[in-house]
Amino acid sequence: MFEAVLFYLFSLVAIVSGVGVVTMRNPIASALSLVVCFFFLAADYVLLDAHFVAVIQILVYAGAIMVLFVFVIMLLNLRHGDHLSFEDIGRRSVVGMGTAGLLAIGLFTALGQLPEILPAAIPADYGTIAYIGRALFEGPYLLPFEAVSALLTVAVVGAVVLAKKEI
Amino acid sequence: MEAVGLVPVLAVSAVLFVTGVAGVLTRKNALIVFMSIELMLNAVNLSFVAFARQSGQADGMIYAVFVMAVAAAEAAVGLALVILLFRNRVTVKLDDLDLMKG
Repeated sequence: MFEAVLFYLFSLVAIVSGVGVVTMRNPIASALSLVVCFFFLAADYVLLDAHFVAVIQILVYAGAIMVLFVFVIMLLNLRHGDHLSFEDIGRRSVVGMGTAGLLAIGLFTALGQLPEILPAAIPADYGTIAYIGRALFEGPYLLPFEAVSALLTVAVVGAVVLAKKEI
Repeated sequence: MEAVGLVPVLAVSAVLFVTGVAGVLTRKNALIVFMSIELMLNAVNLSFVAFARQSGQADGMIYAVFVMAVAAAEAAVGLALVILLFRNRVTVKLDDLDLMKG
């Protein structure tokens, strides 16, 4: 019962700050709203017994990626200029909101037909680093893991090459 | 998880995903479009973790970690592109970038 209350509370904050990301006028406010959303999603992960994913969410997303976003926003000095596109309700806003609404109808119709299944029993160390590490390195995910490391290297080199003034 | 079940978690994930889609389709600032994409990736991560807990397997959590790695790579390259764009055109408004519209 207590966990359910916590889950709904955290999810409510995550959704409100997620809507804030889309509706805020100032990009910095959007970015900070997204950080709040990530923190409360991490809290949801803890309630779902995924402790390692929760820690990685805070370290990688709220820590590294959002710092990069805030850094770029401040570097470009974008405090003014962008108007909230909901104000001038143009064709794009109507089409965008209509598409999102259709998607919401589809998703919730599918959710309504989902049968209620009890969650499976989990081992005591479920969600810990040891459990994820064993599944990652002893299972079929070893090759994708190495491929991700190659992808990250390529991305770093690509970012440096793109943002450099003269190569 | 036993307390709320699978469906409410997926509903939260769906709401966040739809919010991200609305942001991508309506906003004009390239950085906010990027942040909306990150929001959509996180919504998908939430359903991955929920399904992992539902099935009692580690696979969903591993996919979530992979999604985070790909999101980090995407953010690095995407923000480099935004900086490059700003240096050449002095704007991040997506409406002004119609060079390839034909």
